[in-house]
Order: sequence, then structure tokens, then C-alpha cells
Amino acid sequence: MGDTLQCKDYLSNRLKQEIKAAHEAIKNPLSPEEVAGIVRQVIESMEGDISPSDLKFYSELEELARYIRQAKHDIASIKPKDISTDYIPTATDELDAVVGATEDATNKIMDECDKLTLLADLCVEDVKNKLTECVTHVFEACNFQDVTGQRITKVVETLKHIDSRVEALVHAMGDEIHRGEGGTNGHQLHNIHGANPEKGLLNGPQLPQNAISQDDIDRLLSGE
Amino acid sequence: MPVDMNMNILIVDDYKTMLRIIENLLKQLGFKNIFQATDGSMALKMLREGNYGLVISDWNMLPMTGLQLLKEIRADAKLKPMPFIMITAESKTENVVAAKEAGVNNYIVKPFNAETLKQKLVTVIGTF
Repeated sequence: MGDTLQCKDYLSNRLKQEIKAAHEAIKNPLSPEEVAGIVRQVIESMEGDISPSDLKFYSELEELARYIRQAKHDIASIKPKDISTDYIPTATDELDAVVGATEDATNKIMDECDKLTLLADLCVEDVKNKLTECVTHVFEACNFQDVTGQRITKVVETLKHIDSRVEALVHAMGDEIHRGEGGTNGHQLHNIHGANPEKGLLNGPQLPQNAISQDDIDRLLSGE
Repeated sequence: MPVDMNMNILIVDDYKTMLRIIENLLKQLGFKNIFQATDGSMALKMLREGNYGLVISDWNMLPMTGLQLLKEIRADAKLKPMPFIMITAESKTENVVAAKEAGVNNYIVKPFNAETLKQKLVTVIGTF
């Protein structure tokens, strides 16, 4: 677009110069024929410097620049930086918490199985065998934790890959992406699915470091 | 020859929960001396310093994977004949092929049950 403006400025200046020169040359108002001659002269000089195909090319460039500007605006409006700073870290923390919680639960289940195994030794042979079989099945079922953990780890890796790509996109698009961007906080993040005011209270299980204990809750309820 | 239920068995996995599951299942099957390592390099060190009759290893571990451990064992003159069972979630054909080429004795895909573990043990070390 800048090139087209420059071209118009150039033509305008050239026209003014020619008219001024004609004025000074004859010291009289120009006749229509003389004006037409000057205009023809300027157009001819323009065709010499900028061809119609050049003008079309400049116009295409201008259109492309407008398209890129709109794309940058659209990308900025979805706040891609938030994906790196809020969404991905929150998602990975939640998934890590899932792995941690299932691991804890699995270990507790196995602790109880160990106790049952000891108790089984105190039972008559038939009962002991039955209990041992049950405990074995419980151990088998605990396999899920390892496989679940590995699957979640893969998801976390995928999220990190997306994060790096978004980061690269933000970097490539330059400062315009950051301009006017405000980060979201955790509360905003959890309200992305709707305007229902109660949705702010429906945040699901909290990460251990963010949660309060049952004792804290009891204290709050009892007004201590 | 009957299987020595007192043989030292080394189980290798970076998931402590999994180590515990395998150890308990082996104990349920009657094995008494079970040792644990959390990655291939730790396992290799234990194998070179101790006397083991069987290795049961996961694949996906750092810094040394189960496959690298298997290759190290097969390349070691003293450890070369060691029975090796891979227990892993890696269940693509190319994984099994690679493990076979490296000299694995058997391959169990997670999740598995006690019966499968027993079957593979019988195949590798004999009936017990």
C-alpha cells in the first residue's frame, strides 16, 4: 500500500511542477489544450516508470498485506500466549495429579493385599487358597496404573509439543500478537465453557497444593 | 531339572508400583528371592555383582532401556546365557521383532495376569 501512495504522490507532484512551469513560461492561464497536453505528458512519463502490471502487482501486495494484518489480528484475539502460560501448564499439572493419585491408590490397595496375605496364613487351607487367589486377582488388576501412567505421559508429551509449536507461531508473528493481550487467571480459565455464574464454583478436583483438607473444611463449617 | 524356587530373580521397572505388582505375583507363584532395579544401568550393575537366575524387565526406562539392558547382557560373556523376559506396554510388532533379534526369551505385554506370567516363566525356566 505504501508503494501505491508513493506513486500517487509522485504523480501529483509531477503534475503540479508541470503546471507551475507552464504558468511561469507563458505568464497566462493555460488553455484546455495546454492542460490536456501536460496531463498526457505526465501519463506518458508514468507509463515509462510504472507499468500497469506493476500497479496490479502493488495492488496484490497491498491485498496480501491486508490479509496478513487480519490474520495477525485474529490470532492475537484468541490469545495464543495463554495456551503456553495457562492452558498447557494447567492441563499437564492435572494429568500429573491423576498419575500421582492412581499411584497412591494402587499402593494402598496393595498394602491391604499384603495384610490379607498374612491373614490368609492363619486360615484353614481351603480358605487360604481362596484368599490367595483373590489377592492375586487384585494384584493383576493393579496393572492398570502403569499402563494408565504411560498413556497419560504420552498425552503430556503431545501437549508440550503443541505448546512449542504455538510458541514458535507467536514468535514468528511478532509483537503484534502480544499487543493488547491480557493473561487469564485460573478463575477465568475455568470459566471458559460458559457464562453460568455457578460454573465458577464447578472446578472439579483440585491439585493437592491448591486443595484444603477435610480438617480445614470442618473448621470453616464450625466457624472456628 | 526342577526349577529352583530359591533362585535370585531381578525385576527391572521404573514404576515402583509395577515392581511391587510383579514381586507379589512372583511370590504368589512361590519364588522367594526377588530383587528390584529401577532402570537398565542399575540392573546391569547388580547382575555383574550378583548371582541371578532370571531377569524380568520393562522396556521404556531411562537412562538405559530394557532393550539396551538385554543387548548388554547378551554382549557380556558371563551374563550371556541369562534368561530374560520383557514385560512392557510397547506392543508394536517392530518392538517384539527388535527384542527377539536382541535375544529376548519371552515377551509379555502389559497389562498382564498371573496366569500369563506363569506360562511365560514355564516356557523360559521350566515347569514349577
